[in-house]
Amino acid sequence: MTLLEVDDLKISFGDKRAVDGLSFTLAAGGALGIVGESGSGKSTAALSLLGLTGGAVSGKIRFGGTDLVAGAPWKDIRGARIAMVFQEPLTALNPFQTVGDQIAEVYRLHTGSSRRAARERAVEVLGQVHIPDPVRRATAYPHQFSGGMRQRALIAMAVACRPELIVADEPTTALDVTVQAQILDLLDEVRATTGAALLLISHDLGVVAGSTESVIVMRDGRAVESGSTESVLLSPRHDYTKALLDAVPKPGNREFSPGAPLLRVQDVRKHFPQPRRGSFRKPPPVRAVDGVTLDVHAGETLGIVGESGTGKTTLARMMVGLIPLTSGTITFDGVDIARRRGRSVQMVFQDPLSSLNPRRTIGESIADPLRLSGVRDPRARVENLLERVGLSTSEYDRYPHQLSGGMRQRVGIARAVAPSPRLIVCDEPVSSLDVTTQAQVLALLEELREELGLSLVFVSHDLAVLRRIADRVAVLKDGLVVEIGPTSEVYEQPQHPYTKELLAAVPVADPAEARRLRALRSTTPR
Amino acid sequence: MIRDLLRDRGFVAGAVIATGMVLVAVTAPLLAALAGQDYTTYHDTLLDSARGGVPIGAFGGISGEHWLGVEPGTGRDLFARLVYGAQVSLGVGIGATVLEVLLGVTVGVAAGLGGRWADAGLSRVIDLVLSVPSLVLAISLLAIVPQDWPRPIILAVVIAVLGWGGTARISRGETLTLRTRDYVAAAQVAGAPWWRVARREILPGLTAPILTYAALLLPTNMVVEAGLSFLGVGVRPPTPSWGQMLSTATTWFRADPAYVFLPGLLLFLTLLSFVLVANGLRRVLDPRQREVLR
Amino acid sequence: MIGHLLRRIIGGLIVLLALSALIYALFYLAPSDPAILACGKGCTPERLADVRTAMGLDEPVLTQYWHFLQGIVAGRDYPFGPGVRHCPAPCLGYSFETSQPVTTLLLDRIPVSFSLALGAEILSLTLGIGTGLLSGTRRFRWFDRLVNGLVLAGYATPVFLVGLLLLLLFCVHLQWLPFPTYVPFTTDPLLWAQNLILPWISLAVIQTAAYARLTRAGLADSLAEDHIRTARAYGIPERRILWRKALRGALLPLVTLTAVDLAQIITSAVLTETMFGLPGVGQLLVGAVNQIDLPVVVGVTLVTGLIMVCANAAADLLYAAVDPRVELR
Repeated sequence: MTLLEVDDLKISFGDKRAVDGLSFTLAAGGALGIVGESGSGKSTAALSLLGLTGGAVSGKIRFGGTDLVAGAPWKDIRGARIAMVFQEPLTALNPFQTVGDQIAEVYRLHTGSSRRAARERAVEVLGQVHIPDPVRRATAYPHQFSGGMRQRALIAMAVACRPELIVADEPTTALDVTVQAQILDLLDEVRATTGAALLLISHDLGVVAGSTESVIVMRDGRAVESGSTESVLLSPRHDYTKALLDAVPKPGNREFSPGAPLLRVQDVRKHFPQPRRGSFRKPPPVRAVDGVTLDVHAGETLGIVGESGTGKTTLARMMVGLIPLTSGTITFDGVDIARRRGRSVQMVFQDPLSSLNPRRTIGESIADPLRLSGVRDPRARVENLLERVGLSTSEYDRYPHQLSGGMRQRVGIARAVAPSPRLIVCDEPVSSLDVTTQAQVLALLEELREELGLSLVFVSHDLAVLRRIADRVAVLKDGLVVEIGPTSEVYEQPQHPYTKELLAAVPVADPAEARRLRALRSTTPR
Repeated sequence: MIRDLLRDRGFVAGAVIATGMVLVAVTAPLLAALAGQDYTTYHDTLLDSARGGVPIGAFGGISGEHWLGVEPGTGRDLFARLVYGAQVSLGVGIGATVLEVLLGVTVGVAAGLGGRWADAGLSRVIDLVLSVPSLVLAISLLAIVPQDWPRPIILAVVIAVLGWGGTARISRGETLTLRTRDYVAAAQVAGAPWWRVARREILPGLTAPILTYAALLLPTNMVVEAGLSFLGVGVRPPTPSWGQMLSTATTWFRADPAYVFLPGLLLFLTLLSFVLVANGLRRVLDPRQREVLR
Repeated sequence: MIGHLLRRIIGGLIVLLALSALIYALFYLAPSDPAILACGKGCTPERLADVRTAMGLDEPVLTQYWHFLQGIVAGRDYPFGPGVRHCPAPCLGYSFETSQPVTTLLLDRIPVSFSLALGAEILSLTLGIGTGLLSGTRRFRWFDRLVNGLVLAGYATPVFLVGLLLLLLFCVHLQWLPFPTYVPFTTDPLLWAQNLILPWISLAVIQTAAYARLTRAGLADSLAEDHIRTARAYGIPERRILWRKALRGALLPLVTLTAVDLAQIITSAVLTETMFGLPGVGQLLVGAVNQIDLPVVVGVTLVTGLIMVCANAAADLLYAAVDPRVELR
């Protein structure tokens, strides 16, 4: 039975067409994925199902007999028949209300039940999403939950009124990869137990692979390909879909032999003092990095993988001398790293927008390190670099906000390469980019690495990216290296349980593989 | 950005009046000379002693010689006193504001960039300055300062010393935020020493919030000076100040309302013009639009 | 919680100590001779000598400061001429000019300042939040613009100017109200309010402007937040969203501001008191300055400092109480 039928949906904001003729159907209890990069219109389409878009909407959205475009009884639909799970669980929940109260409020609104019954329902759904100790947790505030727990709470709220359709808009993007996998498993389970249909929206093909029956690929407001998940992901027809699948990083196969150790990290620790919270005793410090020892050999690319909070950014910043060490040593070519600041070691940052001074032209930003090392007129050099990273020399005088994310990151790379360093530490350099741009920037890094003989330290949470670019990989957990070795070995024969857990959680764009991994996760004790 | 400013009618009106006032203040001696008057000469003949010293003639004694009439009780030319008063009000206001910005930004940036101890120590100082009752302390301080020190300068210094907490707090807050930006880290990785980082990365980022704050600070400081002069602890006679004139005007308002009107109107207009300028600046420099604009 | 309170109290005491040291240093080490400043008008050489001995001004500065601190805790006796002037705890100094302990003088004045501050604050809160809400919900475009304009004008009008205009209008021209004098609340509440109406309005003008603008901006920000979108997505009616959800976030900063503003008015309402002839703390200070009565000046400065410190601490606690995200440190 068809639950949802969208026919030639068009949404415009002024001149801009966000959605340009989208059509699809979703059966009751089915699971549909919508995949697209940023700006494809997928989120706008999803929001239109709840009438939250604003702008001019035309076309038809038939939901269980009602046309949602022509003016729907939203009161009865929102939350009760169609429920939405948003991307950022921290800001999506009301910070001033306890989680239980928020869920109860929604439940009472749509069912008219008593306060007590609503509270019981809240506890019930919190348990349904596997939040431990739901009775106590219902009285907690959102900021007291971890990221994954918050997302579960959002899903609980979505399930509370037993909707027919759950729309999940990038529900896992803000989460760690292991948590991501758990949330996707949860959505799958919820669908099975409540019989609700699922509309899953993501930029990541791997995310929809294991959780949907059919999928639509969107670009510029239109669906360029649609069909069963199997057929679209395994035998794509449209070029764009093929490009998306191609852009997923594939394992690299770089043949090379490493040189002598260049950067030596020895028993490095970094402790951050914790602010006192009401007690007189000083609380124990946060042990961001708790005894890490590793070497970076000349010419090699060392990958450092870990989820958020594992200390990888702290470690990366210590490697370039930005953060002083609490104990241990880091030496470059035998000299302490603090003395080598500005020479030999450079950094590429994650967020291209905040890594460039918004008031300075990009040419000047690249010229800065050159000026610092005494070059008087760096313009020629900078123009050279701009070309080398694939930008035209006319971009010199443009400002960061005038460039796209990918172009900005190229500028960041040019700046890092400008003073001719021997080692570059890259802190999540492609994490905030679209998957196609990601591939281009990675290719650029690989080229530069060969051409300039660079050694790289590549920090990332994305295992697929590291598999492509890193020669060796170190797995970081709770400030410690739990496993380190050549990339192929670590990926094919992981030793440490955490490594295994990480690898099992990576979303893969192969539906059969995704289901296998899910089965693996449900049997592995957490 | 300038275009956006110019489109704001309030801002333009405010800017025009404000510039006008500043010009008046700067050219006060010239203007007074043009009128052929000064602010100290008593013209007793123009006062009606029978009615207690009220100026003869309409609107407080306006005439060809005294363009805005004379002061009741003393007979001094009102126009001259008003334009010299502008000098005092604007001078002290601008002086105090400039000092507060200099002092506040220095301390705030030092606290924001400094290590944990420097920040903790300086923050305590800033908190202290913010929590002192500034008006009370100003009155007290002005009372004990020797009377022969140049009063307007002392006024500006006292107001500034008691009021730099605001600029310091904003500077510190912004510095702490900017410090976390990756481009600051990038400069550090490239080997820039802390003073270069402060100058090239931090200070430009402070321009917008400090400018917005200072624009509103200026009229506030002017009000403080007017208030202090109103209470009699500001500038000493014969130096004129609009606040002080208003204070004497309270006893004359039934007989000579013009004496209340003129300084009051001038004060209000000047303040309003600066407030409009500040408002226009704030709308243009709002942080939400900042990233878009530059 | 107890730990936090204790740390706050200790912190506050340290600030007060620093403040008192600062004030003491400023006044007693200032260029003018403190004895002359404490002696008052009509000072004879013998009286001057008596004052000097009574206040112990010949002793080293630190000893003087120590005596001063002792006085605050345990009271102090000033040997003046033949007799002894007794100053019970907490002794903030002795006014030789008026022959009274400073504390007594202050206690007489504080209720007045407090009445002024409380009324003005309540008035400006109701008016400010009210107008801010109305213009923030953008129901009437013209109202929004009007409020904006009034807000700006409010910033540009000094309180004494407003007071002057109000007096002119209501007492002289229209003669609706008599010239204000102070009637204590305990004597006659109605008369108390009637006499304070004009001062309240004068103070409220600029406060209302600030509150209106804050509320409006706060509401706009709050309504743009993600969790409001979630509430809409779950069908919660718009009215409920506004009153139960958006408002909370919008008014949060106001709560703490109120505590500080109240203290601001108490300590800085000098101008209003002067304008309307209210015998408050500010008036006491101005009088002391004109009479050259140093101990009163010092005492008033200290007490106002105390009020500000307490208000800041209260604001912090209030903020933590009202916003569940904030943890007390």
